[in-house]
Amino acid sequence: MLSRVAERVYWMARYVERAENTARMVMAFNLLALDMPKSVQLSWKGLVEVTGNEGQFDNHYQRDDERNCVKFLLADDDNPSSVLNSLRAARENVRTTRDLVPSEAWEVMNELYLFARDRIDQGIGKRGRFDFLSEVIQRCQTLTGLLAGTMSHDAAYDFIRLGRNLERADMGTRQIDVGALRHLKKDGEDPEPYEGLLWTSILRSQSGFQMYRQHVKRRINGVDVVRFLLQDNAFPRAVTHTLNQVQDALEKLPNNELPLRLVIQARRHATSAQVHELIKEDGLHAFIDVLQRDIGEIHGANATTWFLAVPAQGQAVA
Amino acid sequence: MAIDWKRYDSTPFYDELIESPGRPRDPARALAEYLASLDAGEIHSRKQAADSAILEMGISFTVYTEGENIDRAWPFDIIPRVIARQEWDQVQAGLEQRLTALNLFIDDIYNEQRIFQDKVIPRYVLNQSKNFREQCVGIKPPHGVWAHICGSDLVRDGDGQFFVLEDNLRVPSGVSYMLENRQVTKRVFPELFENSSILPVDEYPTQLFDMLAAISPRPQDYPEIVVLTPGIYNSAYFEHSFLAQRMGAELVEGADLVVDDDDCVYMRTIDGLERVDVIYRRIDDEFLDPEVFNPDSMLGVPGLMRAWRKGNVGLANAPGAGVADDKVMYAYVPDIIRYYLDQEPIIPNVPTYLCVNEKDRAYVLDHLDELVVKPANESGGYGMLVGPHASKKQRAEFAQLIKKNPRNYIAQPTLDLSVAPTLCGDEIEPRHLDLRPFILQGVRTDVTAGGLTRVAMRRGSLVVNSSQGGGSKDTWIVDEEN
Repeated sequence: MLSRVAERVYWMARYVERAENTARMVMAFNLLALDMPKSVQLSWKGLVEVTGNEGQFDNHYQRDDERNCVKFLLADDDNPSSVLNSLRAARENVRTTRDLVPSEAWEVMNELYLFARDRIDQGIGKRGRFDFLSEVIQRCQTLTGLLAGTMSHDAAYDFIRLGRNLERADMGTRQIDVGALRHLKKDGEDPEPYEGLLWTSILRSQSGFQMYRQHVKRRINGVDVVRFLLQDNAFPRAVTHTLNQVQDALEKLPNNELPLRLVIQARRHATSAQVHELIKEDGLHAFIDVLQRDIGEIHGANATTWFLAVPAQGQAVA
Repeated sequence: MAIDWKRYDSTPFYDELIESPGRPRDPARALAEYLASLDAGEIHSRKQAADSAILEMGISFTVYTEGENIDRAWPFDIIPRVIARQEWDQVQAGLEQRLTALNLFIDDIYNEQRIFQDKVIPRYVLNQSKNFREQCVGIKPPHGVWAHICGSDLVRDGDGQFFVLEDNLRVPSGVSYMLENRQVTKRVFPELFENSSILPVDEYPTQLFDMLAAISPRPQDYPEIVVLTPGIYNSAYFEHSFLAQRMGAELVEGADLVVDDDDCVYMRTIDGLERVDVIYRRIDDEFLDPEVFNPDSMLGVPGLMRAWRKGNVGLANAPGAGVADDKVMYAYVPDIIRYYLDQEPIIPNVPTYLCVNEKDRAYVLDHLDELVVKPANESGGYGMLVGPHASKKQRAEFAQLIKKNPRNYIAQPTLDLSVAPTLCGDEIEPRHLDLRPFILQGVRTDVTAGGLTRVAMRRGSLVVNSSQGGGSKDTWIVDEEN
């Protein structure tokens, strides 16, 4: 398999996952906003912070109101990971690997991008937002399912799994980080009045609400949610689960020593964390920082091991 | 309103489908009757089905304008163009003859140069050719074939006679659209395929693969075949990717390939370097190898010519093959066929005036308002003058250009290009068209059944290039005896 192609399918998977995750996050927060009484001020800017692109946001907007934040997250050219930019990049990567991915996947990808491009105003406006976002999420999942079900699970597919799960791990840690900063109270502090709803929203952002309910069974509380999103082995968007998947994919690839060593190390970090202690001692943020660095290093190791050192002409990978 | 062929009038032009108002040609009868049986709503919905199929299948081409690349949906007219098989058999024989002669010619140019010694073609034609590559002199590619893939443009005049307008021997494109046009038509008019015998076109990718495999330097192994593309910004990228996919070949860019110390070509893979046997290159000669040609090329592979010269890799088309497709050489193709094959050309050339010849030039300058003047080395319909449609000022400018550099210009009479019924808005109107069949030559020669029909979508226009507003049609070779 060509190094360049490996790189492209890897980024294709990352971008599709990023588009889905961002759409899901906006949708969950949107539902939360509807539930809240008027007296409570929700900060939409928090969502921008999850994506780590607040710099670009501040350069372009004076006010961090709902409309600006949603527009930035879904549509803006200046936001490298807006839903539209992610889908465009994903499509470009599929377009340039069309000789490799099943042709239905290209059709679905192409239609998904055209759909998002043509209906983006619906997503920004309040009334069509839910329908727009559901449709984007559903189509992303169609694509993921289509690849799983029609593509040989060969090296190309391993790179797709690798990209998809690293992106999930990345998003998962960001959600925990921002959620924790915002909502976690140290022992003894009074819980915020709507804490349960806020944590529900974070679970929903990761489509984890229902699974959390089934598997944790306790009242929704910060510590359990963080533990679930970080350490659950069975939930597909929990960080340890995604790292297991990354390891699985890596094990099948040639010359995998370096990335494999790094993922095992990252997984050990994630599973060995004492969530309750970290929260009590105010160490969660620092811990997540380390974990994010781990994830970044795995990505770097993938690139040096398998991708082209000098990127090919005029490509749209990252 | 439904189609009424009695009200469709394409005189004075030769019409591909309708002989005279109300009278379809024999091979097109079933199609014409079927179309007439559909009401306006039905036709409209077929048109929409075709448009959405094209969008969904992602059949596109790239246009570069104002510093931006735009991916446009492929323009397609749902009404096929129909040719009788008997007539096509002749055309096919003519195309095989032509490419066989051209390959003998190219091989001669880079080796003995008999044709110049025998004074069939004056030597200055070669000396001034832009596409002659001295780096290729003395090379003997497998089977003596240089132009493995050829796309020849055919037109019909007012009498329905086919002419060859030009041969594309460098990196001809369009074949993927021919294949996709058929896929779309099958989706839109499935009924018609059940009741008529329309020759299939789907074998092309297999034939292409077999031809490429035949020039592999390691015939005993499974050859590693790659398609070399300039990248996603090339207007034909869709086709590069399409063909790679259909052949199960790797689609590579220059940066994916490397020529090692052993003068073999390798591609960079996740397992390390892997040997490449045959390259179907879709990059122009000048950019192929910065060691030999344009040193600034970022698209090519340093050392590629070394590898090819040593016979370590097959290249299709061979570098330098374009020497036979400039428009001055074109004028000599009938002589080339006679010289190498001792046969009369089956498909005639369009009469061509070479401005470099004094007599021809005087005639051309006197008749600019009747002629089409073309630069010898351009493609895509750029830089030409269509005399009857040009302004006085434009003609005067061209007269200057011709006098300044006569070798660079040829002129041909404006042909009354044939037309075919085309859906324009809600109406059926005649539009001019041409035809580009594709010919493959390796050990054997294959010709596509039909080819890519390109249509000038504007009324009266003769420009069929998709980059300039042209459309396309599915082309049916119909076997009436079956």
